[in-house]
Formats: sequence, C-alpha cells, structure tokens
Amino acid sequence: MPNGNHMKTATGKEEIYALLEEVKDPEIPVLSIRDLGILRDVEIAENGQVTVVITPTYSGCPAMDTIEREVKEKLEAEGLDVLVKSKISPAWTTDWMTEEGRQKLEEYGIAPPAESTADKASILGKPKVVRCPRCKSEETSLISQFGSTACKALYRCDDCLETFDYFKCI
Amino acid sequence: MTKEEALYEYLIRLGDNALILGQRLGEWCGAAHQLESDIAMTNVALDLVGQARMLLTEAGEVEGKGRSEDDLAFHRNEFEFRNNLLVEMANGDFGQTITRQFFFDCFYFHFLQALKSSKSEFLQAFAMKSIKEVTYHRELSTDFMIRLGDGTEESHEKMQYAVNLLWEYTGELFEKTEADEILIAEGIVPDLTQIKSLWEQDVMAVLEKATLLIPDNKGYMASGSRKGHHSEYLGYILAEMQYLPRMMPDAKW
Repeated sequence: MPNGNHMKTATGKEEIYALLEEVKDPEIPVLSIRDLGILRDVEIAENGQVTVVITPTYSGCPAMDTIEREVKEKLEAEGLDVLVKSKISPAWTTDWMTEEGRQKLEEYGIAPPAESTADKASILGKPKVVRCPRCKSEETSLISQFGSTACKALYRCDDCLETFDYFKCI
Repeated sequence: MTKEEALYEYLIRLGDNALILGQRLGEWCGAAHQLESDIAMTNVALDLVGQARMLLTEAGEVEGKGRSEDDLAFHRNEFEFRNNLLVEMANGDFGQTITRQFFFDCFYFHFLQALKSSKSEFLQAFAMKSIKEVTYHRELSTDFMIRLGDGTEESHEKMQYAVNLLWEYTGELFEKTEADEILIAEGIVPDLTQIKSLWEQDVMAVLEKATLLIPDNKGYMASGSRKGHHSEYLGYILAEMQYLPRMMPDAKW
C-alpha cells in the first residue's frame, strides 16, 4: 500500500517536528530551533531511522553541540533511532526565521532582524530602522556590531535610554 | 605534488590562519579598553575558530590518514604550521591588533568573495558561510582604522607606528606555491595576484581616510610561512594553545 505508507511517513514527520518544537536555542530559550531556521530537515528511512539536519547560525556557534545533544535526547526518549547531521550549505540566513520567531524574540527583549537580506534598503546600504523592543521607539543607535552572542549587536534606545540586543541580519 | 596534496596544503594554510588569529584575538578576553571591544575581539575570534574547525576537519579528510581537527590543531609543531606571519604577530596595543586585523580582513574578504565560485563543493560552501561573518569583521577593523588614525594626536601616532611595524608582513599573504598553481588550474582556488590588487585598492583608500601612510621600506617584505619558517612568536602561541591536549591526550570536555 504505497499510499498508506506515504501517509504514515507524513504524520511521522509532523510528529517529529512537533517534538523538536521543544528544543530551544540554549542562548535564546524562547525560540525553538525551528523558529530560528536552525532545523533544516527531517528524514525518516525505511528502517525507521530518523535523520535530523541542522545548520549553525555562525561558524563558531558554541550552542551547536548542546542543540545536537538535545535533539538526540528528545527523540531517543520517544524510542526513536536518531542521527543528527550538521551542514553549512546553503548558509544560514536570518531570512529563515519564522514570523512567530520574530515576534517571540521581540517579546523577549531582543529586536528581531530589521529587514530581509534581499531588501532594497539592505542592498543600497540605507540605514535600517531598529525598533526598541521595550518602548517601541524607532530612535535608536548602534553601540557595537558585536553583542553578547555571535548573532547579536548591541543598540541603545535614544528615547527610553535602555540598551538592548539586536539580532543582526546575515 | 598531487591534487590532493595541494588541496591539503591549501586547507592547512587557511585553517592555520583562522586558528592562530582566533587564538591571538582570544588573548583580549577580559583585557580590552572597554567591554564592547573586548566582546567584539572575542566574537571575531569565535567566528575564526569555528572556521578553523571546518577547514582542519576537511584537511584531515583530504589527507586520508585519519587525523581529526584536534590532531591537526594540537599535535603539529611550528614548522608544520602554514599560517601567515602577519596573524601570529603580537597583539601589542589595541591599535596594533586592529591594524593586523584590518590588513587580514581586507585580504580575507576579497579572497572569500572569489572563493565563492570555487569548483570544490566544500570550499564554495565554506566561502558562502564565512563571507557573512568576515563582512562584519572588516567593517569593525575599517571603522577603527579611520577613527583612531584620524583621531587624536596620540592615537594617530600609535596607528602610524602599527602600520610601520606590520606592513612588511602583508606581502606574504599573496605568495603562491606549487599548490596554488595546481589548484588555480583546476578552478578550485582564486589567483592571489588578483586578490592583491583588490586588497591594495581597499587598503590605500582606508589608509588615506585614516590619514596614515605606508612606510618606505624599499619594497622589503618578510617571507617564510609557506615553508613553515615562522617568527619567534608562533612557538609561544602553540605552547599555550597546545599545553592541555598534549599534557592530557585523552582529555574530553
């Protein structure tokens, strides 16, 4: 029954994605690895082995080992045989962050990436608007391109004067 | 020299540059003049060490003797390292670190741009990934070159001293070996002579904005790393970096 088999695999995949929704980025615990676009693919082989493909945000991202371990633990707890693969191509981009992920990020106090890397403003090098996640003011200034983790820059709000993290576009 | 031997040598060269410069920048952890610079230096270091891991892992696979990234990073001696002399130079003051970084970032940026069209699947993927990171590194070092060069009398003097000190280590970035010739012919790596002219345009434009001059040293350029001849600095870097894995070879995180 090829049709029936296909159905089963499809459900299986969705179940696995749902389980992996609970694997968070250890440095931004409100975001799942799917929200961030770190989770690239899930494959189920005929013998039932599950291959999960993940990609690092930055080459030196120190969270990758933890993420890999948590993916394995999460699925092994369900009795699954799991293989986690990491690949760098295509290179991760902030464009892969889900809309839900962007909202959760702002609620958590980190300004989400201001525009798509394919935006005209980005290509023309026009200054982007980074909104303060606290008071929502658009009057903000860059303090440093390098923040508390590789993926963040440090900004200051010129209205409420608080500093905040900005998830920079790559 | 076979194509595999050439590729191994090239991967080691790239991997060692990223590893040694990353190690040098890591020395700023907790020691920079302000927290933002401290974090920036170590962020750049983290990107570079991440890149070194990919490059050395690939080098081990190309070599085919079962050596891992750790074997290559921690169990080779000075004369087996192929990083450029520039990246092993001492951090000195912040101006020297920034000048070293600026010279390297300009080279690395244009090199990776060209490497994006490599016929090697690995090198192409590596370039696409790393260029995103190096674009930020280059912005940082360029900004500081201009800010400090065209800054106060004292900062200008320190930056000019740094340029004079490090200039003679830049020529070696573009030296080619037999490995280059083999890999260029295969479309695997770019020709460093072409990267050199892009680098010169970039560097001259920024130095002018920074009101800095290149020293007149009659065209003298230091050389040696392509053959494994290094400055006295490398041994000390390796002593610190390799101490633990050599002392306790089975140590795991």
